Amino acid sequence: MDAVLAEPNSVSDFVDFQTAPSRYRHWKLSIEDRVATLAMDVQEDAGIRPGYKLKLNSYDLGVDIELHDALQRIRFEHPEVASVVLTSAKPRVFCSGANIYMLGLSSHAWKVNFCKFTNETRNGMEDSSADSGLKFIAALNGSTAGGGYELALACDEIALVDDRSSAVSLPEVPLLGVLPGTGGLTRLTDKRHVRRDLADVFCTTPEGVQGQRAKDWGLVDAVVKPQEFEAYVKSRALALAALSDRPNDARGVELTPLKRAIDEHGYHYRYVDVALDPQRRTATLTIRAPESAGPASIDEILAAGAEWWPFEMSRELDDAILSLRINQVELGVWIFSAEGDRKNVLDIDSVLFSNRDHWFVREVIGMMRRTFARIDVTSRSLYALVEPATCFAGSLLELALAADRVYMLDDPQCSIALSEMNFGGLEMPNGLARLEARFHGDQSRISELREHIGHALGPREAAQLGLVTFTPDELDWNDEIRLAIESRLALSPDAMTGLEANLRFGEHESMESRIFGRLSAWQNWIFVRPNAVGPLGALKVYGTGNRAKFDWERV
Amino acid sequence: MADLPAGTQQAIDYSQHIPNNVDLSNDRALQRALERWQPAFLNWWDETGPANTANLEVYLRTAISVDRDGWANFGYVRMPEYRWGIFLTPRDEHRKIHFGDRKDEPAWQDVPGEYRSTLRRIIVTQGDTEPASVEQQRLLGATCPSLYDLRNLFQVNVEEGRHLWAMVYLLHKHFGRDGREEAEALLQRRSGDPNNPRILTAFNEKTSNWLAYYMFTFFTDRDGKFQLAALAESAFDPLARTTKFMLTEEAHHMFVGESGVARVLQRSCEIMREHNLTDPSQVRAQGVIDLETLQRFVNFHYSVTLDLFGSEVSSNAASYYTGGLKGRYGETNITDNHSLGTDFYTIQEIENGAVANRQVPALTALNARLRDDYTREIQAGVDRWNRIPERFGIPFQMMLPHVGFHRKIGSFAGQYVSPEGRLLSKEDWERQSASWLPSDNDHEFVGSLMGRVIEPGKFANWIAPPVRGINNQPIEFEYVRFN
Repeated sequence: MDAVLAEPNSVSDFVDFQTAPSRYRHWKLSIEDRVATLAMDVQEDAGIRPGYKLKLNSYDLGVDIELHDALQRIRFEHPEVASVVLTSAKPRVFCSGANIYMLGLSSHAWKVNFCKFTNETRNGMEDSSADSGLKFIAALNGSTAGGGYELALACDEIALVDDRSSAVSLPEVPLLGVLPGTGGLTRLTDKRHVRRDLADVFCTTPEGVQGQRAKDWGLVDAVVKPQEFEAYVKSRALALAALSDRPNDARGVELTPLKRAIDEHGYHYRYVDVALDPQRRTATLTIRAPESAGPASIDEILAAGAEWWPFEMSRELDDAILSLRINQVELGVWIFSAEGDRKNVLDIDSVLFSNRDHWFVREVIGMMRRTFARIDVTSRSLYALVEPATCFAGSLLELALAADRVYMLDDPQCSIALSEMNFGGLEMPNGLARLEARFHGDQSRISELREHIGHALGPREAAQLGLVTFTPDELDWNDEIRLAIESRLALSPDAMTGLEANLRFGEHESMESRIFGRLSAWQNWIFVRPNAVGPLGALKVYGTGNRAKFDWERV
Repeated sequence: MADLPAGTQQAIDYSQHIPNNVDLSNDRALQRALERWQPAFLNWWDETGPANTANLEVYLRTAISVDRDGWANFGYVRMPEYRWGIFLTPRDEHRKIHFGDRKDEPAWQDVPGEYRSTLRRIIVTQGDTEPASVEQQRLLGATCPSLYDLRNLFQVNVEEGRHLWAMVYLLHKHFGRDGREEAEALLQRRSGDPNNPRILTAFNEKTSNWLAYYMFTFFTDRDGKFQLAALAESAFDPLARTTKFMLTEEAHHMFVGESGVARVLQRSCEIMREHNLTDPSQVRAQGVIDLETLQRFVNFHYSVTLDLFGSEVSSNAASYYTGGLKGRYGETNITDNHSLGTDFYTIQEIENGAVANRQVPALTALNARLRDDYTREIQAGVDRWNRIPERFGIPFQMMLPHVGFHRKIGSFAGQYVSPEGRLLSKEDWERQSASWLPSDNDHEFVGSLMGRVIEPGKFANWIAPPVRGINNQPIEFEYVRFN
């Protein structure tokens, strides 16, 4: 493949997911009353990689990193904001989706990573709408195509300007030979309940649908004349804001820059450390418990702000996961470890649980949930190693429960513990607590586990309860772990990705899991087929004036 | 689930009970594994090893070190007290992998994760044959033709036991809990038990008489030699060093087989010459085994042993080679590039109603190649046997049957091939096979000759004495003491 957009090879290529409003190049964030407006204004020449122009508000990973940051700012720094208007600062175009030239130049891994991150950002909007009282309105003030419409689909309401030219469309299939893979196809039916035959027509019509028909088909909630558009959007934003339980008068918590050092050994944060082992092809993620349980009251928590352990830890872990995924694609096994005093984590979990209705605590739990959910959809083999010094307890136990295998040293000094946080609040993308998914919804087991909340569970008990996979003893440990890692890394990485994605979620699906499962799997299949990415594949020839040449065999 | 807790181990003095060169007294993991396994092994020996022999004092060879003299210490031993030890040929620090994809990389001292389950399967399959043969031979002691032969039987038995220890050592040392479980299972399977059989078919057949026993040690133990030799080339150094040491003992087993059959042949020829007999029934009437029956036993044991080499064309064998797990026989001395990437090898199979040659990629034909190497060595042994009738002026030559004869595995499975290599119809085969394979009558006759001879220096009528005794002892030496 003649890809120029490949995974970074050196530190200077490092893709950084950290940014701040002062550095935004593509978005304008403004706040008035309880409404935030995120206006997309993509700078053509500011792609995250060279080789393409971001015309017509098309986006690449850099644009989406800013969107993600802006959403985080709204969640934490602006608790008074109760609804968000997503719109465009450019005339006659809302957003034309992911940049096609960027996709044409990308390696497969880059495309997949890009899509995963953008999917997670959109899922995060819905997560905030469902759990944090933050509502979203897409104000489509110009033509809205592909990923642009998919972004709109992630909002609670969609308003389309009725200017006789602006349409919504998902032209991926007819123009590019791929799917609307950032949730578009799934949300069309599952969320907006567009009838399947109309969805079929819509997805094969490159010019899309506009005006009343768009509303009739359920593609948008309202079509509004240009002159009334702004007022309409504002009234809807205020109406949605009125329904929100976000506080009117609270002070936000500033997202201070992460304390992070990056060197050839890994990524080093205050509570998270990532050790890279390119020789062995592993990354070890060690999460440290705090030295004390820290603040217990809301006032103290707010005073700690970005330094409150669960918040800082999950922000760091979030950054580490994102950085590893795109910057270290060959490190096939991630090893989770957790250090420190179990009691502090369990105490913090109690604080989280008992204050879960407070806006900031709720946002922190949401942040943890979305961060841990990234692990579930990460295409790496995940092992958790439980040793005497480790503190897989409560919310940190989620890391072990997210892992494909858990190895626990058979040693009396070694234990894990459950907290309330393992039973709700930190759900996987399929909407289930990891314990619930692990035991296939068997409520008798779940209630049995509840009785163990707060107790130290030794290796035998943990194994008996089904919380750990193997419990080698001290004599076997080193060899077992070495062999478990080596044998994993000898297997096909593609087969591992498929295997893990199939086993992690169990039988229960949500819209989110269908996006990551059904839609992404098909999309990624199409992404490697010659009809999309061969020399004359649709994605490759787009914009060259050449016609795509297909292999007509249906597979 | 649990292994024994630490602290129960001081009762055993390892260097005393278990001669070894693997630093057992400082290896807690190994000690822990053996704590459980050693008593289980002794139970197994008691239950399925040579019957009614616990009090016999047997003049046995015991390996107590890998030095020039250490591997062959002779003395009277009660078999349950035999010091089964753990020996590997000493390590060559610079040893490199010398074939396959990883050629020239340092040999592995630990199992690479990638090959763990494959190596475990190879070791378990090899290891399973060792106790199996002891079980097959359990009752032979009751009908021994001499004290000399009885002692040799027991020597083979204890050494098969030690070879089991060798494989178990690898499982314990390198395969963690899975290895310990496999090691226990090696003691739990039973030769011929339909519910819990040994892994390979040939090791579930009965060894019902001494002729079958000699044939088995000549033909089937020699398969063991070739398998061990191929494993002695392995990139997994502990396996290579273990099997290399086992090969020093295997030589004696094959000697028992070759000289045993030769002595039977010798005795039959003596009688035939003495009484000027050629007719098998007349030969039998003299209480010795007719040459035709010997040929049928050869046909049987050779053909079932060929099945142990597996299918001629095998992707497993190819991947073992490419991965460096199992080499060719004498790999080190073969002068090619040790990759077999583009080479071809000729195998035989049925094509258009006849046996034909076919060229296949050499990498996939490694089983066939090892089998052909084996056949060459077997043929040399048969040639040595054939000098005996020649010496007596008896116009009889023992022949190895065609490779396609009486096969259940590989390209000839399900085909009917005569000993000369002609493809037959099922009917033709059924009409003639009784003259090619030992019949019930043959077994009955051979069985009828078996009686117990335990007077020092005496031999059963159907077998000639050996040329010399064991360890320079006289033939009439009391090789086994009955108390």
